[in-house]
Amino acid sequence: MKYLSIAAGLFAATSAVADTPVLTIYTYDSFVSDWGPGPAVEKAFEETCGCDLKFVGAGDGAALLARVKLEGARTEADIVLGLDTNLTAAARETGLFADHSVTAEYAFPMGWNDAQFVPFDWGVFAFVKNADLDAPTNFRDLGASDLKIVIQDPRSSTPGLGLLMWVKTAYGDEAPAIWEGLADNIVTVTKGWSESYGMFIEGEADMVLSYTTSPAYHLIAEEDASKDAVKFDEGHYMQIEVAGKLANTDQPELADQFLAFMVSDAFQSIIPTTNWMYPAVTPAEGLPKGFETLVVPDKGLLVASDKVQDIREEALAEWLSALTQ
Amino acid sequence: MAERADAVTCWPGRIAAALVAVLVLGTLLAVALRAEAGRGLGPAEWSAIRFTLLQATLSALISAGLAIPVARALARRRFFGRRLLITLLGAPFILPVIVAVMGLIAVFGRSGLVNVVLRWLGWPEVSVYGLHGVVLAHVFFNLPLATRLILQGWQDIPAERFRLAAQLGFGPRDVFRTLERPMLARVLPGAAAVIFAICLSSFAVALTLGGGPKATTVELAIYQAFRFDFDLGRAALLACVQIVLVGMAAVLALRLSGRDSFGAGMDRALRRWDAETRALRIVDTLWIALAALFLVLPIALVLLDGLPGLAQLPLSVWRAAGVSLIVALGSTALMLCLALPICLAAASGRGRLEAVGLLGIAASPLVIGTGLFIVIYPIADPFRLAFPVTAVVNAVMALPFALRIMVPPVRDVVQGYGRLSATLNLRGVPWVRIVLLPRIRGSLGFACGLTAAMSMGDLGVIALFADPETATLPLQMYRLMGAYRIEAAAGAAVLLLALSFGLFWLFDKGGRGHADA
Repeated sequence: MKYLSIAAGLFAATSAVADTPVLTIYTYDSFVSDWGPGPAVEKAFEETCGCDLKFVGAGDGAALLARVKLEGARTEADIVLGLDTNLTAAARETGLFADHSVTAEYAFPMGWNDAQFVPFDWGVFAFVKNADLDAPTNFRDLGASDLKIVIQDPRSSTPGLGLLMWVKTAYGDEAPAIWEGLADNIVTVTKGWSESYGMFIEGEADMVLSYTTSPAYHLIAEEDASKDAVKFDEGHYMQIEVAGKLANTDQPELADQFLAFMVSDAFQSIIPTTNWMYPAVTPAEGLPKGFETLVVPDKGLLVASDKVQDIREEALAEWLSALTQ
Repeated sequence: MAERADAVTCWPGRIAAALVAVLVLGTLLAVALRAEAGRGLGPAEWSAIRFTLLQATLSALISAGLAIPVARALARRRFFGRRLLITLLGAPFILPVIVAVMGLIAVFGRSGLVNVVLRWLGWPEVSVYGLHGVVLAHVFFNLPLATRLILQGWQDIPAERFRLAAQLGFGPRDVFRTLERPMLARVLPGAAAVIFAICLSSFAVALTLGGGPKATTVELAIYQAFRFDFDLGRAALLACVQIVLVGMAAVLALRLSGRDSFGAGMDRALRRWDAETRALRIVDTLWIALAALFLVLPIALVLLDGLPGLAQLPLSVWRAAGVSLIVALGSTALMLCLALPICLAAASGRGRLEAVGLLGIAASPLVIGTGLFIVIYPIADPFRLAFPVTAVVNAVMALPFALRIMVPPVRDVVQGYGRLSATLNLRGVPWVRIVLLPRIRGSLGFACGLTAAMSMGDLGVIALFADPETATLPLQMYRLMGAYRIEAAAGAAVLLLALSFGLFWLFDKGGRGHADA
């Protein structure tokens, strides 16, 4: 009986708000959690749109794309938010995404030219360590050192894939040799970012693969300056996170309105201290205090999205053979 | 031919087994049908299959082997805190994977207790990462289950047999030959098969403690096929491989296990005259102490680490805990509805039905989840169904354990009391209520406790279906970790541990109310 009344309540609730248009956004799980940007973004957009913004969390970026592929053209999503440049080519191939008309002054170095996807934040992969540790500043020296690192599996984790592309773009054909050098430094490879970051915090490794913005969390949220990132001579691989509008959306105007809102200050100023990434467009008031202490790479590395697929396959094969010897 | 002299009917068991088979194989079929042409199995997948088989076999043999002396010691000794210890020993099994791994690393890791002591002694450090680490973790998870299953076997030997043995002047060796060895032959293959099946679908544990891609298991290969390549065909193919492997293990185990029961006893309190020598007492004490240390230490460290974080837990974590409790109780009820009929059918000679039950662990959670999604999506909104789906999947996943625990005692009751009941025309539901349930209370409680606790700790399919308002406790814990809140996540782990363990303890205690078991 109890369930029946709950169900009845749900129906009543749905019909009451039926007049307000609903914009459904699929995103990765940590975006919608209480500690992510989701709640604040929802509040800010609903103040201006006269709509109901509904976030749906589905695993991480790769799971998100799989989800959209499974649902196909019938998906209820109006917008998918949280793919990165490693996934945009595969997402484009599905033909499910529509063109956008958003332009903005993007903060990342290489500019932006993509008909379907609009960036909302970006990050830089880096090894994070305790501030008092003197660490090597390139992959060769790291491989020669006896420091212990913990990384993520590129087959199941976005940062793991980022590291794979980082080594491959920096070293090309020499990448296998770099991985062979690193093999004895790698304590272990974890399924996702959380496991390895947890192991690093517990003291199981000297460094962990994460983002240059990770120390900002400890500095700003915990007032703890004991962590920093290492700047590498070969440059750092970047991750640009994007959103796209579904071609079959029943709310095309609202979706366009959201994409434009996404590159505005109201959205962008939420990102740094909730998603712990750089905003795609630097807000008028600048970055939060503490971000000026972060490592800024001399060179940003990024593979063009249409070349990702081929490089990824080759790099994965090299990674596997170097680490399974 | 005359009517079979049985008090039980088999058709409900057949229906329950058919439901399980439809869920597992149907979802697999759904994924396979949705697949476009993929690249099939390559050398990487074959090497994953080899590693999976190797680690699962080692883990099953070592867990079951070590469980024999521990279970024997627990069966022969009565001491203060024994019941609590037996319950506590169940804890690793119900821990969420990531929590257990953190606990193990706190003991065996680079900066763990063992290496701290070794460094202090000036001895070389040991590394936990590698095949031995994978096996160590799997023994940590499964030794308790093996111990409980084998202990159950010891307890199912009627006390009168030991009394008779003592009257005949049997020493430990004779008791082993006449009573314990036949019992082990009956219990051990099934226990090992279940553990083999669990280890087969291991993924995060194997990868983390295996130290890298050498430790790639079939489940990781499925994960890769699904999300890295979106090759549903290969995912379904690998899921089939997993099911075939578990199926072979199950058939082997069922063939190896003897069927004969020790007959019914008078439920008298047990006394072991054969084990009252000083040497045996020391040996038993040592085994119990070692097992307790190995199993309790990592958990104690997890608790210690997480207590400060308890105070920081936001309201949403407590709400998620409530959600998890409801899902856990729901899946326990569902599990009983499936397990009891299958047990009865298996006990009256339809042994193969139990193998169907094993499908639950043979199946990859990712494939079941995706399959359910494909099936549900055209008819209903999967998000609305997140909780029922999670409860059903958790019930099916726990079914193999419940069957392993409940089939032997149910078989004993059917063999021991079936004919008498049939003569008295005591059948159907009244038979279950009057004859069966009181006699399998212990196993029933254990099985329910295990199901509730496993369901509580399982991240499982909810991650595929959850929206922001409907998170379970393990999912919230992962979200905390993902948001850098490591300390709060450790607090959530303590809450999760306390709730899982509390549920397990309640059911288990409820079951053991009457006997000196």
